[in-house]
Amino acid sequence: MAYFLQQLVNGIALGSIYGLIAIGYTMVYGIVGMINFAHGDIFMVGAFIALIAFLLIMSLGVTLIPLALVLVLIIAMLLTAMWGWTVERIAYRPLRESFRLAPLITAIGMSIILQNFIQVAQGARVKPLQPIITGGYQIFDEGGFAVNLSNIQILIVVTTVALMGVFWLIITRTALGRAQRACEQDRLMAALSGVNVDRTISLTFVIGAALAAVAGLLYLLYYGVIDFFIGFVAGIKAFTAAVFGGIGSLPGAMLGGLVIGLIETFWSAYFTIEYKGVDASSMLAIVLIFFPSGLLGRPEVEKV
Amino acid sequence: MAEPVKTLSHRLQAAVADALLAAYVAFALFCLTLGFKTVDSVGGLTLKSRPVLLATVVGIVFVGRLLLNLLWWNGNWKMPRPAWGPVWPIPSVSRYGADNGALLLVAAAVLFPILAYIVEKTFHLGLPVRYLLDLSILVLTYVMLGFGLNIVVGLAGLLDLGYVAFYAVGAYTLALLAVHFDLGFWFCLPLAGLLAALWGVVLGFPVLRLRGDYLAIVTLAFGEIVRIVLLNWTEVTNGPNGISDIPKPTFFGLPFSASGPETFASFFGLRYDPLHAILFLYYLILGLALITSLVTLRLRRLPIGRAWEAMREDEIACRSLGINTTIAKLTAFATGAMFGGFAGAFFATRQGFISPESFTFMESAIILAIVVLGGMGSQIGVVLAAIVMIGGFELLRNMEWLQIVFGQDFDPSLYRMLLFGIAMVGIMLWRPRGIISSREPSIVLNERRAVGGHLVKEGRA
Repeated sequence: MAYFLQQLVNGIALGSIYGLIAIGYTMVYGIVGMINFAHGDIFMVGAFIALIAFLLIMSLGVTLIPLALVLVLIIAMLLTAMWGWTVERIAYRPLRESFRLAPLITAIGMSIILQNFIQVAQGARVKPLQPIITGGYQIFDEGGFAVNLSNIQILIVVTTVALMGVFWLIITRTALGRAQRACEQDRLMAALSGVNVDRTISLTFVIGAALAAVAGLLYLLYYGVIDFFIGFVAGIKAFTAAVFGGIGSLPGAMLGGLVIGLIETFWSAYFTIEYKGVDASSMLAIVLIFFPSGLLGRPEVEKV
Repeated sequence: MAEPVKTLSHRLQAAVADALLAAYVAFALFCLTLGFKTVDSVGGLTLKSRPVLLATVVGIVFVGRLLLNLLWWNGNWKMPRPAWGPVWPIPSVSRYGADNGALLLVAAAVLFPILAYIVEKTFHLGLPVRYLLDLSILVLTYVMLGFGLNIVVGLAGLLDLGYVAFYAVGAYTLALLAVHFDLGFWFCLPLAGLLAALWGVVLGFPVLRLRGDYLAIVTLAFGEIVRIVLLNWTEVTNGPNGISDIPKPTFFGLPFSASGPETFASFFGLRYDPLHAILFLYYLILGLALITSLVTLRLRRLPIGRAWEAMREDEIACRSLGINTTIAKLTAFATGAMFGGFAGAFFATRQGFISPESFTFMESAIILAIVVLGGMGSQIGVVLAAIVMIGGFELLRNMEWLQIVFGQDFDPSLYRMLLFGIAMVGIMLWRPRGIISSREPSIVLNERRAVGGHLVKEGRA
């Protein structure tokens, strides 16, 4: 029981990170109907920017950890958002009226570019970071097995919930959110009624990238080690989460993220560790084949 | 669309402002990722700042954008041509012209070893024939893989991101049969193709309902699953250590070895030369690639091939006309997979060693890039793209002279995949239909005309 609870806690923390990345997939798919294959790598770039920003701020003599983290968060969100904007501007916008698979192919190219750019610029070796946020609470003890809730896990869940709240408000209450929903339904009609479609799509990528940067920072703090390849697997898992939750739906992305995080944690806790890695791919295949419209999504209507 | 800027000074002003903006974006992108490098040191990571590098890159972006603005974009920030029109006028290719071009290419490929030999003997370029042949074998392997994937992606319009799985199935089939059961290459080759085709059907079944992006991502997942199973199923596949000592192919039972009771050299009364084996491999893969190409060309004339192309254009219309799309999809997957399996078997016997490392997603991406960049459905395009891509990689490896410019620790091969990604995005933006975007229609009513890629719909939504 205690073991189960501990895994539950771990799974929720991991799932929150996946959920944050999944939002980027789900928003972009909702609005432009393409899989932003490079989004996982945007998350990776975000983690690297966070790492470098953190080291930079520490070397500038800021010793107060919370202040440093807030600064890192802001820097990482801003700069990663810039990456998201640039990727959309260069690789997707010119192909918006092209045939459907064209942006997917440039997205794969972009993913290769980002991965190899970071590899060339920062080296292929893993980048470790000493634990910054330590400590935690012991929830209860069962026969010598203590269930721990670490501070970093609390931070992850609180940050995720807070950001979800903010973006939920943006989507439902602001002009930008209205424009996004309008573009989602009918891009041409939205343009005719005065919505700047290009700007809305760009902002969608910017928001997705900013959230991915937060996920990158949290990932860095949680695992304490990153490399240039983390984006691929995390991207696959987050995409699975987005589809599982129902692509296009924000709460769905969060829910899907939690489910995928829990499945992954329980998989390695109760089953074999040997085939770790099969879990992500097979989950993706199963979800896409059997639940293509997801938990909270609407089934796609085929118009002729 | 911006108003075309009239006077030169206005144009210059606008161009500089735009270039400054680009430089600012570049600075934001690279200030942390390029401006600092994380270095391992005692007591954790430290940063090393690289202001010169950062300034150089931002400067290049500024100057590049400025020049593009002034010289190419004609002051109104538009590409000089519409993205969808034909890039250059499509020549009215006569049937015989196209056929002659292809024949010329085949003839060049057949005569290539002799040409390479003569050129090397007369000009002494320092390119040993052996090296050239090895490189050509590599290129031809990718040409064959490209042809195979072309059936799935180019003809049937099913984007397959896990094609490398079938390549792996073929390679492992040959390796396991040859190592454990001592079966010869010629016996294993059809088996490898058959097994790969079987896997094509097995993996094709679940994805029948999916289309477009979802289909692509599921095939990617399948490719990864196959690789991870190969990596972990140590009892059979020997895991990450791979399978070594795969026997080389024989010339109908005559081995290419220096000594032995009956070798290729002794049978034909030749002096033993290691080049014989390489020449044989070269013609083997050339033959396999030609067979793939011919089969594809013939298939396009069969009802099934026409069903594939119709399915690519419009699946719903296809179904309403009574074409069995299930059969069409499965046969496309199976046929493509079979050729992937053949190529895999060849790869295994040529390398003599295989491990899951050779079958990563990157490999799928490279094959897909060759097909897409060559122009989906075009055979000559695939050949050209394979030569450019794989040959380009090889060229990069030999660019040690760049170290003079960039310093001693500059390793050009590190930039291989980066340039590859840039090429993939760049060509896609420049020519979304691939290098050869014109292709002959498979079926015509009265007269034969070349059709530009821009006229073909190919699932454009």
